[in-house]
Amino acid sequence: MITALRNFMGWIDDRLPVTETYEKHMSKYYAPKNLNIWYLFGVLGFVVLINQLLTGIWLTMSYVPTGEAAFASVEYIMRDVDYGWLLRYMHSTGASAFFVVVYLHMFRGLMYGSYQKPRELIWILGMLIYVALMAEGFFGYLLPWGNMSFWGAQVIVSLAGAIPIVGEDLAIWVRGDFNMSGVTLNRFFALHVVLVPLVLLVLVVLHILALHEVGSNNPDGVDVKKHLDAEGRPLDSVPFHPYHTIGHDLSAIVVFLFIFCAVLFFYPDGGGYLIEHPNYEPADPLKTPELIAPVWYYTPFYSMLRAATFPLFGLDAKFWGLVVMAGAIALPFVLPWLDRSPVRSMRYKGRPSKVFLVLFVIAFFILGYLGTVHPTPLKTLIAQVCTGIYFAYFLLMPWYTSVEMTKPVPDRVTTG
Amino acid sequence: MQREKAVSKEGVGIARRKFLIGANLVVGSVGVAGLSVPFVGSWNPSARALAAGAPIKVDVSKLGPGEILGPIPAWRDKPIFVIKRSEEMLEKLNAQNDRLADPSSERLQQPDYAKNETRSIRRDVIVLVGLCTHLSCSPKFRPAVQPESFDPDWVGGFYCPCHGSKFDLAGRVYAGVPAPSNMEVPPHYFESDSVVVIGEDEDTA
Amino acid sequence: MKLVSTALLLLSSLTVFGAGSEATIPLKHVEPDFDDKASLQRGARTYMNYCLGCHSLQYQRYQRTAEDLDIPKELMLEHLIFDQETRIGSLIENSMSESNAKEWFGASPPDLTLYTSLKGTPDYLYTYLKSFYHDPSRPLGVNNLLYENVGMPHALLDLQGLPRKVCKTKLEADGSTQEPCNTEVIVDGRYMLEVDGRGKLSPTEYDQLVYDLTNFLYYVAEPTRNERERLGFFVLLFLAFFFVPAYLLGKEYTKEFH
Repeated sequence: MITALRNFMGWIDDRLPVTETYEKHMSKYYAPKNLNIWYLFGVLGFVVLINQLLTGIWLTMSYVPTGEAAFASVEYIMRDVDYGWLLRYMHSTGASAFFVVVYLHMFRGLMYGSYQKPRELIWILGMLIYVALMAEGFFGYLLPWGNMSFWGAQVIVSLAGAIPIVGEDLAIWVRGDFNMSGVTLNRFFALHVVLVPLVLLVLVVLHILALHEVGSNNPDGVDVKKHLDAEGRPLDSVPFHPYHTIGHDLSAIVVFLFIFCAVLFFYPDGGGYLIEHPNYEPADPLKTPELIAPVWYYTPFYSMLRAATFPLFGLDAKFWGLVVMAGAIALPFVLPWLDRSPVRSMRYKGRPSKVFLVLFVIAFFILGYLGTVHPTPLKTLIAQVCTGIYFAYFLLMPWYTSVEMTKPVPDRVTTG
Repeated sequence: MQREKAVSKEGVGIARRKFLIGANLVVGSVGVAGLSVPFVGSWNPSARALAAGAPIKVDVSKLGPGEILGPIPAWRDKPIFVIKRSEEMLEKLNAQNDRLADPSSERLQQPDYAKNETRSIRRDVIVLVGLCTHLSCSPKFRPAVQPESFDPDWVGGFYCPCHGSKFDLAGRVYAGVPAPSNMEVPPHYFESDSVVVIGEDEDTA
Repeated sequence: MKLVSTALLLLSSLTVFGAGSEATIPLKHVEPDFDDKASLQRGARTYMNYCLGCHSLQYQRYQRTAEDLDIPKELMLEHLIFDQETRIGSLIENSMSESNAKEWFGASPPDLTLYTSLKGTPDYLYTYLKSFYHDPSRPLGVNNLLYENVGMPHALLDLQGLPRKVCKTKLEADGSTQEPCNTEVIVDGRYMLEVDGRGKLSPTEYDQLVYDLTNFLYYVAEPTRNERERLGFFVLLFLAFFFVPAYLLGKEYTKEFH
């Protein structure tokens, strides 16, 4: 029996490198043994991705992407389809969970310098995943065709109108109509269920391939490949499978699912943050909701967009809002070249780096909160300050990382 | 090296590990099975499909002897044949039983109350799901007693144009045709002399 | 660190400013109860008799409602479904045409299937139905404290009677009385609604009726709510249980290299 199986695997391996691939990425992929809790969010992101793909495919089986029937088809899923409500909540809660996990994953990167040489490409691919994810969320949010779906998309598409000269035509081209309509819904549906998921999957594969090429960073930011045992295996690393997968990831997934399910089953609309209240009525082009706020994961950038309130260089504020928002998303891409520090991890960086990171996170949270409420002069001022901090974190990084005093980095990983 | 520590305590360590792996596999399998429930369950007919498939009422008072009502009405989007057989038809009905595959309706293709010589509640009116039991084409109603291209001794019945299956006027299948069993009699009952309810039995209504 | 604390201080002050005042009067709180089937059944009956004429529940089916509320199918068909053509599996729709509705009320009455979710709380509906009052200046002769210049008639008029808005002079603890009412502004506490006594129901009965109706619509907004929470309980229980072997097995591996 076992010989037969071995022969069969041999037959396959001669034609398709299954065993070799498994060893390269699982059982002989050596990951540092001091990885801590912050290193779980990559795997969790993968879990959420699978959840989104599966529930998404199942939702398309009952969803109707037309202006006339979309809203009713979602209610059909929620009421008439067996377990439809569960699939839909898994998907809508999963969308938020995806961003929670990705934000924490990105924060880990900032904290431990995971973007530094030789991991620049991993970081850039990760940023591309993040942008694709934002696009995916944006297109997906229109699909229930509720009133917030409609007006949220309306506002963002109108942003294109801020681009000088071609803006208005561009917005019409994107909508395929003079206002948001079933035509727009239909193309957003195609993008949401086919194109962007494909792009996302390819990017995720590349992200992991790039990671496994250079190896995982660790909380100390030391290079584990410097110390090898007799067989050439890093001394401070253990095989990803089973030591990390079963050692840490399995129970982490269970804990994550517990939190995820607690939200899914008991607060599926998240008090109006995960499913916004105005989305319980169908899209109405004649009735704007009292407060148009994007879902929470976009609100930091939405705040920055609104923080641009004055014209500059003969261009109006609307245009600068777009520039600020686009800049805020684009800047992290070049992060690997902004950080001039000789060390990777925050553990060994100087005080300025730590202060800036803390301020950055606080500013991001405040911006996120401000994006969910009505702007007032005071709040706009705070948003402007926070936008400044956000940009300063990146733009001043070449300066503060090169002048600060760093602590000596140990030769081997510390106990973790 | 620490990595060898587990190996040194082999006996206990390995047994414990094996047990825990087994426990995880069992609990994990239960989890996966549970997770598959919504995915599998959502393929069941939805409340909308069930509502559309609810029982229908058909007025048979306007139906003359030897006439058929079908493929409208439909029940669960399937064509329903309601036929009022004439006395002449009924007399000939059991004349050729030796040519039928299941003349006494042994197979469960009808509710108990239709398991009789005429496969019907009322002698004359029969209700059938108008689908061939071979590959679900809808058979043609050929009531006339005359030689047909497909059967020189034809005494009236249904002929399926797709693959040539033949049924008599009680929906019973002839032997030696592709269709394996008699046409289905749906649950039904007579609400009054003129109205037949198709889609449920009398006692469950 | 000073900056941080300043930022946090600002953040906390924001939340204070951020407390919205969407409604002009505070909402009266209700606690919906899915287990009170009698209340839900009464709510369904009131809805079918007083509301359905104008407001459909077009995403909800009679059959599901009957099953969830323990209403026997025959009783549902006999007493709660008025249209002969309507079948038990049908959606709860009405036959009011949109153009008629626009002509009569200026706008077509909204579908109410998701109303309590749209408002984010059942409290709104409950308060709204208790806030109609006599206002001859309005075309329909009624107005609403919660929704000023309301376009909807007081559908439960014959049950409640028509409350009048009267100025409330309340004796404060220090012996002073509140200022007389300003007819321009409506602030709760200044006004009270006084029933005219012509309704078929006593104020307590009316409160119960409105509660039942709210309870019913809260159910309709998410009929799977009970199933969701029940299933959720078992899922969480399972995951908590799963954690034990997962964690112990994980430790088996991690202890090798820690």
